[in-house]
Amino acid sequence: MRLPNLRRCGAMIVKEFIQMRRDRLTFAMMIGVPIMQLIMFGFAINTDPKHLPTALHSADHSVFSRSLVQALENSGYFRITREVDDPKQLDWLLAIGEVQFAVTIPAGFGRDLQRGDHPLLLIEADATDPAATSNAIGALGQLNRTALNHDLTGPLAALKDPPPAFELRIHRRYNPEGITQYNIVPGLMGVILTMTGVMMTALAVTRERERGTMENLLAMPVKPGEVMLGKILPYIAVGYVQVLVVLLAARFLFGVPMIGSLWLLSGSVLLFIAANLAVGFTFSTIAMNQLQAMQMSFFFFLPSILLSGYMFPFRGMPDWAQAIGSVLPVTHFLRIVRGILLKGNGVHEVLPDLWPIALFLVLVTVIALKRYRQTLD
Amino acid sequence: MTAAAPLAIDVHGLNKSFAGRPVVQEFAIQVRRGQIYGFLGPNGSGKTTTIRMLCGLLTPDSGGGTCLGLDIRSDGAAIKRQVGYMTQKFSYYEDLSIRENLEFVARVYELRNWRGLVDQALERLGLTKRSRQLAGTLSGGWKQRLALAACILHEPKLLLLDEPTAGVDPKARRDFWDRIHELAAEGMTVLVSTHYMDEAERCHEIAYIAYGHLLTRGTVAEVIGRSGLFTWTATGEGVGPLARRLSGQPGIDMVAQFGTTLHISGTDRAALEGAVAAARAGTGFAWAETEPTLEDVFIHLMGQSKDNF
Repeated sequence: MRLPNLRRCGAMIVKEFIQMRRDRLTFAMMIGVPIMQLIMFGFAINTDPKHLPTALHSADHSVFSRSLVQALENSGYFRITREVDDPKQLDWLLAIGEVQFAVTIPAGFGRDLQRGDHPLLLIEADATDPAATSNAIGALGQLNRTALNHDLTGPLAALKDPPPAFELRIHRRYNPEGITQYNIVPGLMGVILTMTGVMMTALAVTRERERGTMENLLAMPVKPGEVMLGKILPYIAVGYVQVLVVLLAARFLFGVPMIGSLWLLSGSVLLFIAANLAVGFTFSTIAMNQLQAMQMSFFFFLPSILLSGYMFPFRGMPDWAQAIGSVLPVTHFLRIVRGILLKGNGVHEVLPDLWPIALFLVLVTVIALKRYRQTLD
Repeated sequence: MTAAAPLAIDVHGLNKSFAGRPVVQEFAIQVRRGQIYGFLGPNGSGKTTTIRMLCGLLTPDSGGGTCLGLDIRSDGAAIKRQVGYMTQKFSYYEDLSIRENLEFVARVYELRNWRGLVDQALERLGLTKRSRQLAGTLSGGWKQRLALAACILHEPKLLLLDEPTAGVDPKARRDFWDRIHELAAEGMTVLVSTHYMDEAERCHEIAYIAYGHLLTRGTVAEVIGRSGLFTWTATGEGVGPLARRLSGQPGIDMVAQFGTTLHISGTDRAALEGAVAAARAGTGFAWAETEPTLEDVFIHLMGQSKDNF
């Protein structure tokens, strides 16, 4: 195939930009969608919920019980919202979902503890949504060892846990405080570029067919590669504007750290946008009308958001799902963007995720150009 | 125009079917350079498909030939540069202004001095002042003018017009045809499909196709002469009832009413005269034998050809 002619390409690009500018609603969507998603995902989603409502039934009024309750609240995960006298009420509160946890301190807890009888403390969780409770439950692990350290003095010191045989040290690297936004906001870049990129190009080409202008375009001396470039380049520019919006919000709204090179990020973004636009272009060669193009875009979008590791941990998925996820460019892009921003990854670390996107781009472009009919046959 | 003028279009044996349904069958046509060639036929007769094959938008299933001396099968790209194709439906960008549309076309054809050419085209159209208006807001007649201006911007040697005047008022149609004759006089070859008989009569030569078959071709006089059709007219107030009485009579193939005049046609001259003689007695209408009109001929041809769908 001969190289695309720059002047014909230029004509396509200028036309595409004019049409984009005239189509106010689409234009608003290109900028509006990222902002809406930033607000919704950025501000609303928290995968590490704290201050969960907790009901307490305490039949014991010793200093130890008070210390325990204090320790629960200090962990940050529990907030005592109800204190009940009848333990049956705990079931009710859990059942209607008014509280996430129910804590039962049995009668004689302090006394039994002092005696060394190892009394039982019951914490019931509404674990229907594992994500809502798992971190709080995790925090309980330390509780029985540390909560009463201040109270177990003098003769009671023997009840303290002996020091463990080895010391465990955990470093939560890259995001020590576990701030959800640090993960979600950079990831949004991939989601936004996938959603708008695929759909915009799919619609832009299908529109030509639907309005009958494709017949005219085919009768003119523009080649498929030129049409494709002309359709894709304007949307790459749009993609960069979206990236800029997300980066500015990440920096100034959510305080996401940006350790790595933004140049490297820009380069990866280019490849990623191109891959999405090529998908959109391919869809447009299959779709008969704009509605179908839209539907196909959603078919692509769904696995992109669910199987890429954006919403749910990639490693938590079964092998087949991981395999599908690994084909999608957004999966690799998420790793790249999170790696560059949070971990400060360089070219070397990014490369293993860059080449799958490049390969995807090449394959899809070949399909698109093969499928793009230069005639009306 | 002489018979020795080189052929702009020379195709033969063209076949095209869609989903197993033949749309164009064994089609052949020769058009000399500088000619205005009319392309007539009922809806769905394969006119658009044939035009699309000529400009490389469709590949014929079999058959071939040349367009401007270039092979229609292999030289599609080269043909596209020298052919202007005006589609049946307005196919420029409605969300682009008049000027932007012309500029786009000029740049796609890589025309030198495209700004100047666009200015000229706008001036010629008389649209210089409205050049910023969106094409979608133009009326049918203006859209058609814009489309014509756009498809001759690159000065094609051959112009293919697919029902260019459908839905355009008579004045705009006349202006349009005047322009077509100007272009032909400058040496452009024009192939135009139409349903209008008055437009067919403005063509140097015509071809009539129905249901994928070429039925007749030649100048208007030749087509009428070759039709083997004979026509009588009856003129007067109240010819309507007569029309109903005559149609279906032996010797009469076709009766058509034009205002107060009836056209009574048949292929057997003697039988027609016999039927007319029997009918005219005592009617008080003015009777005369005339040349059949082009429309008579076409309706007759249409009635003869079998719909293959």
